[in-house]
Amino acid sequence: MVAEKKPPVISRTSEVESEYKWGFVTDIEMDMAPKGLNEDIVRLISRKKNEPEWMTESRLKAFRYWMTLEYKEPRWAKISFPPIDYQDAYYYAAPKSQEAAPESLDDVDPELIEAFNKLGIPLEEQKKMTGVAVDAIFDSVSVATTFQKQLEEAGVIFCPISEAIEKHPELVRKYMGSVVPYTDNFFATLNAAVFSDGTFCYVPPGVKCPMELMTYFRINAEGTGQFERTLIIADKGSYVSYLEGCTAPMRKTNQLHAAVVELIALDDAEIKYSTLQNWYPGDKDGNGGVYNFVTKRGKCAGRNSKISWTQVETGSAITWKYPSVILQGDNSVGEFYSVALVNNYQQADTGTKMIHLGKNTKSTIIAKGISAGKAQGTYRGLVRIMPGAENARNFTRCDSLLIGSECGAHTVPYIEVRNPTAHLEHEATTSRVSDEQLFYLMQRGINEEDAQYMIINGFCKTVFNELPFEFAMEASQLLKVSLEGAVG
Amino acid sequence: MTQAVATHEQYEADFRKLQESRSSDPGWLKDLRNAAFGRFQEIGFPVARKGNELWKYTDVRPLAAETFPQPAGVPASVDAAQVFPFDDGMARVAFVDGRFSQELSTPLPDGLVAMSLAQAYTEHSDDVQRHLSQHAPYADEGFTALNTAFLADGAFVLSEGAVQTPLHIVYVTTGRVVTHPRTLIVGRPTSELSVVESYVSATGGKHFTNSVTEVALEEGAQVTHRRLLIENQEAYHVATTRVHQSRDSVYRSLVYEAGGGLVRNDLTVLLDAEGAEAHLKGLYVTAGKQHVDNNVNIDHAKPHGYSRLYYKGIVDEQSKAVFGGLVLVRPGADKTDAYQEDKNLILSHEAEVDSKPALEIYADDVKAGHGATAGAIADEALFYMQSRGIDPEQAMLFLVRGFVSEILDSVTIEPLREWLVERTTQALPRFREAA
Repeated sequence: MVAEKKPPVISRTSEVESEYKWGFVTDIEMDMAPKGLNEDIVRLISRKKNEPEWMTESRLKAFRYWMTLEYKEPRWAKISFPPIDYQDAYYYAAPKSQEAAPESLDDVDPELIEAFNKLGIPLEEQKKMTGVAVDAIFDSVSVATTFQKQLEEAGVIFCPISEAIEKHPELVRKYMGSVVPYTDNFFATLNAAVFSDGTFCYVPPGVKCPMELMTYFRINAEGTGQFERTLIIADKGSYVSYLEGCTAPMRKTNQLHAAVVELIALDDAEIKYSTLQNWYPGDKDGNGGVYNFVTKRGKCAGRNSKISWTQVETGSAITWKYPSVILQGDNSVGEFYSVALVNNYQQADTGTKMIHLGKNTKSTIIAKGISAGKAQGTYRGLVRIMPGAENARNFTRCDSLLIGSECGAHTVPYIEVRNPTAHLEHEATTSRVSDEQLFYLMQRGINEEDAQYMIINGFCKTVFNELPFEFAMEASQLLKVSLEGAVG
Repeated sequence: MTQAVATHEQYEADFRKLQESRSSDPGWLKDLRNAAFGRFQEIGFPVARKGNELWKYTDVRPLAAETFPQPAGVPASVDAAQVFPFDDGMARVAFVDGRFSQELSTPLPDGLVAMSLAQAYTEHSDDVQRHLSQHAPYADEGFTALNTAFLADGAFVLSEGAVQTPLHIVYVTTGRVVTHPRTLIVGRPTSELSVVESYVSATGGKHFTNSVTEVALEEGAQVTHRRLLIENQEAYHVATTRVHQSRDSVYRSLVYEAGGGLVRNDLTVLLDAEGAEAHLKGLYVTAGKQHVDNNVNIDHAKPHGYSRLYYKGIVDEQSKAVFGGLVLVRPGADKTDAYQEDKNLILSHEAEVDSKPALEIYADDVKAGHGATAGAIADEALFYMQSRGIDPEQAMLFLVRGFVSEILDSVTIEPLREWLVERTTQALPRFREAA
C-alpha cells in the first residue's frame, strides 16, 4: 500500500487554462471493428469479448428491436442536432496491445498507462491513489482495475463488466436489464446491442465497501462511439460510494456516447453515485464535441434503501441525461444533486425522475443550472407518486443562473400525483448573478472575475457538498475552466 | 393524424352549409373561414399525444370521434334566474346555442360597445378586421382552426374610458349540439373594463363547446376578465383565449372551472410592449370523472414586463386535473419579473394531479420563478380545528373555503364572489350536505 494521499483528479495547474486540457490524442495501434452497424458487428463485439451464447442472443434481441425504431431518436428534449448516421461510426475499438487480457499491470501497454497518468489517473502500484479503486476504460475495453485484491478480501466484486459476464453470470443475468430494459428508449436499446465495456460492482450483504470505487472513461479513437454499461448491486445492508469521470480528445467531428447505468439497492443498502462529466464540449464555435445520451437509473428495490445521484456536468456538446430512482421499497430514499454548466454552443437537457411506489418514500432534488455564452441549459424532471405510495414526500429545488444575454435557461418539471397523502413541493428560480452580491464583494477589494466565481461557487455549494472531498475540489476547478471567457 | 373520418365528413358538410347560408357576409370573412377550414382538414385535432408535450396529459380522442349537430331551429327559451343567477348589477350580452339573444341581453352603460359580432362586421368593420383572428392564430391549433372555420356570430366588446358597470357575456347551450363561440374584446387606450365571460348548460347531457376569445389591450388599457366554466358534468369544453397587451396595459384574469366533463383551457398572454402587467388567477374544482386541463402561457416579449400567475385546484373522487404553465422570456426582454404558482389539494385516493410549471428564459437580467405543491389537507390543521370542538366535516369545509379564498377574494363583484364560493363547495359532492 502506498501512504501518499493523491486525489483522484485530473492533474491541476495553478493558473486557469482556457483550452480543454484533456484534449490530447494517444497514438496507439487500434483493433477496430469495420464501420457500420449490423448483426455481424454485434456478433463480432460479442466474440471479441468471449461472451457466452446467452449474452450474444441478448445483444441480438436488442439490436433487432433497435432496427424497428428506424433510427428515430427521442426528440422531445430541448436539444437540436443534425441527423446521426449510425452506419458511419465504429462500434468497437480496442488498443491492439490489449487483445489478450493482461494478467497484471506489467502486461499493460505502457502507452496506455502513460495516457491515464496524463489524465491524473495513475494506475501503477506505487503511484495508486489511496482509498480509491479505479477501473480504467479506454475506448471499448477496460485497461486495468486497481485494488482488486483488497476488495476481494472484503467480498466486493469490482471488475470490468466483460469479466463479470464470464465469472459471475448468475448476478449479471439476474440484474442486467432489470432496471433499464432493452426496450427502455432508443439509446438504451442501442447500448444493449453494442455495449463495449463498463464496470460491474457487487457489494455483499452487510459490507461497507472499504474504499471509493471509481471508473474513468476515456474516448480516444476517432469516429467511434462509446457505449459503456455499468451495473452496481448493493446487497442487503451494504454501502458503496462510486465515482465516475470521463474525458475525450478534441476532435472536429461529434462522437456519440450512449451509456447505460443500472443501480440496485436491496434492503437497508445505500449507493452513492457521483459523476464528473467532462467529455469534450466542442470548440468555441460549436464544432465537435461529444453527444452524451445516457440512461442512468437506480432501483431502491429493498426496504429502507437509498440511492443518491450527484452529478457535475460541464462537458459534452449535448447532454441528454436523467439519472432516476425507482422508489419501490417502503421507506426508501432517492436523491439527485446536480450542477449542469453550459457555455459557448453547448446544450444540456438534464434532470431526474423520481418514481414513488413504496410507502413513506422520500425524494430530494436539488438542481443548479448555469448557462453562459450561446448555450442552452434545461432542467427536466419528473416526480411521480403512484397510488400505493402512501405518505410519499418530495422536495424539489431548481435554480438557474444566466451569464450573458445570448444564452437560455429552462426549467421543465413534471409533477404527477395519484395519492392524496403525498406531499410535494417544487420551487425554482432563474436570475443572473446579483449586482448587490457583486458590489458587496468588490467593495471589499475582490476583483470582478474572482467575485463572480465566488458567487457561482456559492450557488453550487449545496451540490458540491454532496461530492467526496477530492471530487468537490475538482468540480469547482472544472467550473472555473469551463466558464473561462464567459465571466469577468 | 388519425381520427374518425366520419367526424370530419360531418364537419365538412356543416361547413359547406354555413358558407352557403351566410353568403351576405363580407368577403374577407368568407375567405378567412375557408382558409381556416382548409387548415383544420390538414392538422385535425391534436389526438396524437406521443411526443406532443402540449397534450401529454389530455386525450381528446373521445371528443374527436364523436359528432355533434350544429344548432338548428329556434333555441329553447332560457330562464336567466335559473341558469346564470350571478349577474345582478351587470350589463349582459347573451348567446343561446351560439346565437345572439336580444331577449336575454340588457341595455349597456355609456362608453361600452357590446354587440353580436355579426352586427359588428358592418358597424365596427375597422376594429373587427384589425383584431379578429389576429391574436389567435389557427395555423398550428386544430381547435382554433375549427372555431375560425365556423366563425359566424359571437360577442364584440369595445371599451372607451372607464366603464364602471361590469359586462356579462354568457354562452348558454340548451341541447346536444356543437357551438364555436367567438369573443373579441378590445380595450381602447387608457380604458377600463370588467368582463365576465361565462359558459353554462341549460340542461344535462353531452355537448361540445369550442370557444375562442381574443382580448386586445391597447396602450394603458385595463381589462379585468373573469372566465367562468359551469357547464354540466358531461360537456366537452375546449377554450382558447389569446390576450395581446400593448404598452403599460394591465390584464387581470380569473379562470374559474367547476363544470365540464372533458375540459381543456388554453390561455396565452402576450406582453408585447414595455411595462405591460398581467395578473392571472385560476381555480379548478373537479369531482366525479371530470378531466380538467389548464394550459397557461405567459409570453414576455418586451422588457419591463410583470406577471404573476396563481392557480389552485381541488381534485376529488376519480377526477383528474392538469396544469401546464409556461413563462417564456424572449431574448431582450430584460427587467422582466415573472412568477407562477400552482397549488393542488387532493381529496381522494382515486384522483390525479399532473402539474408542469415550466420556465423558458432567454434573457439574463430577469427575475423569474415558480412553485408548485400537491398534497392533502394538513392533518395538523384538521386536528387544530377538531381540538376546538369543530367536527371533522365542518373543519374540512372551513379549510377548503380558506384554500379557495386566496383566489376568489380577488373577485371584487360582491354577489358574484358569494355565488362562486357557494358554487365551489357545491361542486364537491362531499360538501353538498354539510353546506
